[in-house]
Amino acid sequence: MARVIEFDLSRRSVRELNQYLHHELPAGEQRVEILNPNGMHSLAVGLDAPIDVEIRGHAGYFIAGMNKQASVTVHGNVGWSVAENIMSGTVRVKGCASECAGASGHGGLLVIEEDASSRCGISMKGCDIVVGGSVGHMSAFMAQAGTLVVCGDAGPSLGDSLYEATIYVGGRIASLGADAQEEPMTKADFDRVASLLKQAGIERDPKSFKRVASKRSLYHWHADAEQEY
Amino acid sequence: MSRLRLEESYSFNRDVLDYIQHASEHGLYEIRGLGAKRKLPTFDDLTFLTASASRYPLEGYREKCVSKTVLGTRHAKQPVELEIPITIAGMSFGALSANVKDALGRAATAMGTSTTTGDGGMTPEERVSSKTLVYQCLPSRYGFNPDDLRKADAIELVIGQGAKPGGGGMLLGQKISPRVAKMRTLPEGIDQRSACRHPDWTGPDDLTIKIEELREITDWRVPIYIKLGATRVREDVKLAVKAGADVVVIDGMQGGTAATQQVFIENTGIPTLAAIPLAVQALEEMDVFGEVQLIISGGIRTGADVAKALALGADAVAIGQGVLMSLGCNSEHWCQGDKKIDATADYAKLDTAPGYCHHCHTGKCPVGVTTQDPQLEQRMQPEWGARRLKNYLQTMTMELTTLARACGKSNVHHLEREDLVALTIEAAAMAKVPLAGTSWIPGASGGV
Ligand code: SF4
Repeated sequence: MARVIEFDLSRRSVRELNQYLHHELPAGEQRVEILNPNGMHSLAVGLDAPIDVEIRGHAGYFIAGMNKQASVTVHGNVGWSVAENIMSGTVRVKGCASECAGASGHGGLLVIEEDASSRCGISMKGCDIVVGGSVGHMSAFMAQAGTLVVCGDAGPSLGDSLYEATIYVGGRIASLGADAQEEPMTKADFDRVASLLKQAGIERDPKSFKRVASKRSLYHWHADAEQEY
Repeated sequence: MSRLRLEESYSFNRDVLDYIQHASEHGLYEIRGLGAKRKLPTFDDLTFLTASASRYPLEGYREKCVSKTVLGTRHAKQPVELEIPITIAGMSFGALSANVKDALGRAATAMGTSTTTGDGGMTPEERVSSKTLVYQCLPSRYGFNPDDLRKADAIELVIGQGAKPGGGGMLLGQKISPRVAKMRTLPEGIDQRSACRHPDWTGPDDLTIKIEELREITDWRVPIYIKLGATRVREDVKLAVKAGADVVVIDGMQGGTAATQQVFIENTGIPTLAAIPLAVQALEEMDVFGEVQLIISGGIRTGADVAKALALGADAVAIGQGVLMSLGCNSEHWCQGDKKIDATADYAKLDTAPGYCHHCHTGKCPVGVTTQDPQLEQRMQPEWGARRLKNYLQTMTMELTTLARACGKSNVHHLEREDLVALTIEAAAMAKVPLAGTSWIPGASGGV
């Protein structure tokens, strides 16, 4: 079994960490533990290798940004834009996430075990996001593709200006945004929710979820949209 | 016999009447391409005080005048090194055809300068054809990915654009071809409206952290530019510098677009001429003039414009609309080998004519420049376009060095504000150079 390499941020810099993860990780080593993150930003960004990274503590902005292949777990809370532009792999936050979690993510899976703040899944382009708790306002704003699963409640203006992404909410929806609508759940939807909950390791009955998708009424310019543009 | 006296209203003239009729009929604002058409103070309102008895000129054909330009020296391990200070501005694949993007790359590479991606990501064609390629990070993040980021020679974080500062991009359905839709992860044929704010950061403090993230991902290798539409230039440049920009790009009011609301194009931002001194002032006040480079864009057309922008303090310029025109935009014809094919009927189908067209948003460009139509795009062949654009860049560079030599400079970057005077009071006030024949800079100095 590969040994676990420890990287202590009380002694080394973020720049050294990312440099190490990008270029210096010895061949065959697949597990790195980052100690003393203390709210630092841009940890484990731009990874492109099938490695496991454990961040032991709370971390700042842009954690695991643009992730490819890697599996990154934060044992704590994170600041803004965790896993922004994620391409593949898995990013898991054991605590809460601040704003814009998974912003513009193209692929892969982001799991927030507790709550995520506003604009969770903004502009997402194909990634999957599972939030164990609730999400703040304007979540999945302009989301283009992918799936956002919210086990708790969703704040106001959920799915505003939504394109082809799908949102599933287990709790209450404060309000829907422009062009978003609730739709009946089909078998494919229940299966999709069940599969994502399983991948996320969250136990919840898929039957309690509602589906939100785009009305597609803003896809083309016309005068009757009443300034929703 | 009584004579009918026709008096047009100044406030409600025929243009305004047209506007009101159009708005009443359609209930939607007008969308169009290119830049501001209204009369604005421009570089034409400045003139050079070239050498005479008090300064001596350099020989036009014998003495060298350096045009090499280095951008991004502040933090990047590999700054961008260019042979000329004229770069190609960001224009998207989607707005432009793949043939055009290819032509831009070939011409820029031949002249030793850079091209820039746009809203929609990097095409393999432009990466191959461009020796130096600047990768834009825009609010939409269409097609944005770490692989292309690492292939880039510089990153341009776009906060605003001169044609529409405060607004997002737009691409109407007729240009969302299958390839464009795939690159942008959008349904084919929809009218696409990009976000105007970035999805993962909001204010200048967040921007500082965003820049750090981009640097970490790219191992601090490439420079990071910040592009701003020219509005509160002095304040915005300071914030960009504080956030860590290596290069600041200011796009003035005359800057072009492939499609946006007419109300934006004509009513927002400040003229390029006014923006440069404010940007320079901000850099000087932050004590980073020369350390953080300044690129100016928005209505740059000629070598004289470039020379004047440099004299006012820019390190380089970026051109967009001029590039399109070099490739045939607003020409009466397009070329098939040596044959010139008349395109006026195609302009007429768009209710316009050569010289007046701003219909890039339609996707039906009569000369095949701003289109995704497989037939129309054949009208602009990459080899032909690359040759034309290279000629245009070469001409501008020759004009630039001609003026620099005449001012006694052996390096185009030695041109200075002191070499210029203004021909109008407005230009003097905006460019902060004296009105010709006086020492008066309105707003900055006292009497004549
Ligand atoms: S000729 Fe083509 S590029 Fe030029 S304004 Fe018209 S549509 Fe746009």
